[in-house]
Amino acid sequence: MKRRTFLGGAMAVAVFGQGSSAFAQQPPIKIGMSMPQTGGLAGGGKASLLGIEIWRDDVNAKGGLLGRKVELVVYDDKSSASETPAIYAKLVDVDKVDLLFAPYATVPTAPIMPFVKQRGLLLMGNFSFQVNSKVGHDMWFNNAPWGPADSWAASFLDLAQKAGGKNMALLTADQEFAQNLAVTARDVAKKRNIPIVFDQVYPPNTVEFSSIIRALKAAKPDIVYVASYPPDSAGILRAVNEIGIGDSVKIFGGGMVGLQFAAVMSNLGSLLNGVVNYNTWLPEKSMYFDGTKEFFDKYTKRAIEAKVDPLGYYLAPFGYAMGQMIEAAVNSTKSLDQKGIAKYLRENEHKTIVGPIAFSADGERKETATLQAQFRGVKDKDIEQFRSSGKQVILFPDKLKTGELITPFEAARN
Amino acid sequence: MFSMDLLLGAVLLGVLLGCFYAAVSVGLSVSFGLLDVPHVAHPAFLVMASYGVYQLNESYDIDPLLAGLAITPLFFLFGLLAYRVYHETFEKRGSDAAVRGIAFFFGIAFIIEVLIILQFGVDQRSVSATYIGKAWRFGEMRIPIRQLVAFAVALALTVLLAVYLSKTFMGRAIRAVAQDEEALRLMGANPVRIKQFAFGIATAVLGIAGALLIIVAPVEPTLDRAYIGRTFCVVVMAGLGSISGTLIAAIILGVAESIVLTLFGASWAPAISFAMLLGVLAVRPQGLLGR
Repeated sequence: MKRRTFLGGAMAVAVFGQGSSAFAQQPPIKIGMSMPQTGGLAGGGKASLLGIEIWRDDVNAKGGLLGRKVELVVYDDKSSASETPAIYAKLVDVDKVDLLFAPYATVPTAPIMPFVKQRGLLLMGNFSFQVNSKVGHDMWFNNAPWGPADSWAASFLDLAQKAGGKNMALLTADQEFAQNLAVTARDVAKKRNIPIVFDQVYPPNTVEFSSIIRALKAAKPDIVYVASYPPDSAGILRAVNEIGIGDSVKIFGGGMVGLQFAAVMSNLGSLLNGVVNYNTWLPEKSMYFDGTKEFFDKYTKRAIEAKVDPLGYYLAPFGYAMGQMIEAAVNSTKSLDQKGIAKYLRENEHKTIVGPIAFSADGERKETATLQAQFRGVKDKDIEQFRSSGKQVILFPDKLKTGELITPFEAARN
Repeated sequence: MFSMDLLLGAVLLGVLLGCFYAAVSVGLSVSFGLLDVPHVAHPAFLVMASYGVYQLNESYDIDPLLAGLAITPLFFLFGLLAYRVYHETFEKRGSDAAVRGIAFFFGIAFIIEVLIILQFGVDQRSVSATYIGKAWRFGEMRIPIRQLVAFAVALALTVLLAVYLSKTFMGRAIRAVAQDEEALRLMGANPVRIKQFAFGIATAVLGIAGALLIIVAPVEPTLDRAYIGRTFCVVVMAGLGSISGTLIAAIILGVAESIVLTLFGASWAPAISFAMLLGVLAVRPQGLLGR
């Protein structure tokens, strides 16, 4: 223990010694968070953290916040919901951080919501889905582009109906996130009088999807909405390729998790062609805002050293944007008062590298900016191809659109 | 949504899937069924073999099946070593070896998982071969060629192992040690060496089975957990130690799973498999072809 204290002291001296004179007078502003760096969510967590770190370095290079250096205090939550309550209590009570960022994803975030509400703390959300819907905390702001809960299914069904889709098949994983999507998809379909001709929930250990795809094909659906998890997405697409899905299908995809990550995309290669799926950021011309290109230049370099997702489209720029929003709020309110920052975030539109962000009362986006994009002309085993535009053409939302849906699905596969 | 066409398709795909299940279970039928080793790390060995096949396919572009064959001798040696460690540290030391053995093999399984993550990361891996991703047209039906390959290889593997155990001297010695270890000892044979050899065979088979696993679907480090239930279910339903029983039980399970997936709904599939196991055990406690 003595040795640790000594080492800690020595490191602190080294850090302060190194710091520029601009930061020498005042203690740093500490931003605390947990982040999945091991376990199932680690791939996403590491990319997200790298995005936040790039923001930290950029803001410090500009002189910090309120003239103080920004420091991140980060713990690994091992992708587990049971770790985060203790970590956030420590961040607040022991580390005495000034501001809190949430960990990546729904599962580790959900259990800290009651804590931040009870303590009246600001929490910047990081890609969780509907964690504030029951808690109702008015100091929660999610960086994800989801928007209203049903917009995800609604945007996919908009495209499907425009393409002439009249009935729907639903294939979903028996897992919380996929089931949330399925519930909203059933609701939206009901409101629009779209009959559901096939509705199957498959268990997490399903090995072989040929039988399921045969049954789905026999139902002759126009629209196929799939909410799957990474291990199954590959199995489903492979079976679709082999068994075929029928000429009736106008559009296929919607909520397939995993198809946003470089390793999975490169693994699936040409099997992806024709699939319409959700995404958050893509290298299409409509997605470049002030600073976006500079961010990815830095990310690409640092991702190689950090051994994280080489593309980093899905999470990293939103980590950076989360920092940008805090930066704007602190600079405008000229304080670290969390109520004041929350008020500023709620009442203004924020310029970020992922486009303008405005929040509704529940702390989610006022309007959805979740993309629906179609894979086109993808070759096998080539990560670099995904850096060029045209491989994932944006079909929704209208203001970011870069092309039209190719339909039916079989025609889009070539 | 019932149609004869769908049912026939489901049965056919089920037989193919069943033979694949037989291939991944047959090693366990020897190690657990014949040798009474509580080998819960069997699926972890299997996944490790898949990663070996992946490495050879990725680096040298070797066909997955040939790669599986190539790692078979290594897995034989690995099996010899694993059994020796288990025997020295657990089996030799008394009657509750099986219970403590489970902990030992669980530990091994976790270590293998972690080693795979350290070496290959958490992402899914798959192999490429000419027969992956294509289908064979049979009238209106399309059958994935990878499943036909898995079917043929699995069938050959199971038949070969059954013949080996019933016709060769060593094979009969393995069956003898399963029946009465003490009698074998009185005959002057060393049952431990025979068991070690048998465990080596059971592990060697996983080289090929691992190749089939990664041909049928992509693998990830924790995939072994999905196979613990299935492989033990097949082996117990077959009747412990029966190789032909393993093939029959696996086909029954594959067909049942496929019919349920096609006609009744995917969420019922795992429940049906285990319900069938319970049903068989209620009527025939020794399993389908048990001793």
